[in-house]
Amino acid sequence: MLQHARQRDTLTVRLNGELDHAAAEGVRRDLDALLADQRVLHLVLDLDGLTFMDSSGIGVLIGRYRTLAGRGGTVSVRGMNPHIARIFQMAGLHRIINKSC
Amino acid sequence: MSIVNHMQLEFSGRPQNESFARVVISAFAVQLGPTIEEIADIKTAVSEAVTNAIVHGYEGRGGTVTLRATVDDARLLTVEVEDYGRGIDDLDQAMQPFYTSKPDAERAGMGFAVMQTFMDGLEVQTAPGKGTLVRMCKQFAPEAK
Repeated sequence: MLQHARQRDTLTVRLNGELDHAAAEGVRRDLDALLADQRVLHLVLDLDGLTFMDSSGIGVLIGRYRTLAGRGGTVSVRGMNPHIARIFQMAGLHRIINKSC
Repeated sequence: MSIVNHMQLEFSGRPQNESFARVVISAFAVQLGPTIEEIADIKTAVSEAVTNAIVHGYEGRGGTVTLRATVDDARLLTVEVEDYGRGIDDLDQAMQPFYTSKPDAERAGMGFAVMQTFMDGLEVQTAPGKGTLVRMCKQFAPEAK
């Protein structure tokens, strides 16, 4: 479900498949294991391979935002399909999570 | 309006059945010739309702979830998701965006808001200790002649 690469203080994670409640726990655990490295300040989530997301995904994003904001970092996303972008907008995530390219 | 097609399915309230419910409702809705966006709306709304049944109705302990759907001759799709779990103590509060009874589980509190936004109608019946019935509908455009 998850591939990652790190460059200095930025961790880029690519999510694949469907991010629902069933998948959220594993994604949360894997992301938290990667973010346990305190040198990581910026998380870029590449959602290009994500075919479905519901509000369980919003919870995952907000939780990781809290972790990184707590150490002065940021979360950004890229590659959202229009449906995921709509959920993102609806939940007001654009106020705390940037879109990158 | 008269019903022209219906389906009913029972499944265990287990997280792996969330995607199963999405596949089933997508396959049933195909008869209405939906757009990709309409299919995504329905799948997301059903996913939210089924997740609520599993997480809140049964609090992760499992139980039966019923998924029903009808299509009427005015091309209205009605979907019901029912659980027989604990029910919702304060429905008005539960329907407030961002309210969650499980903040520690990183629930966003957006389930009902997503259902309301992505469907054309939403009704919730709940009785503490008996369960919750979520009924949602989506109107499809007349068939092109």
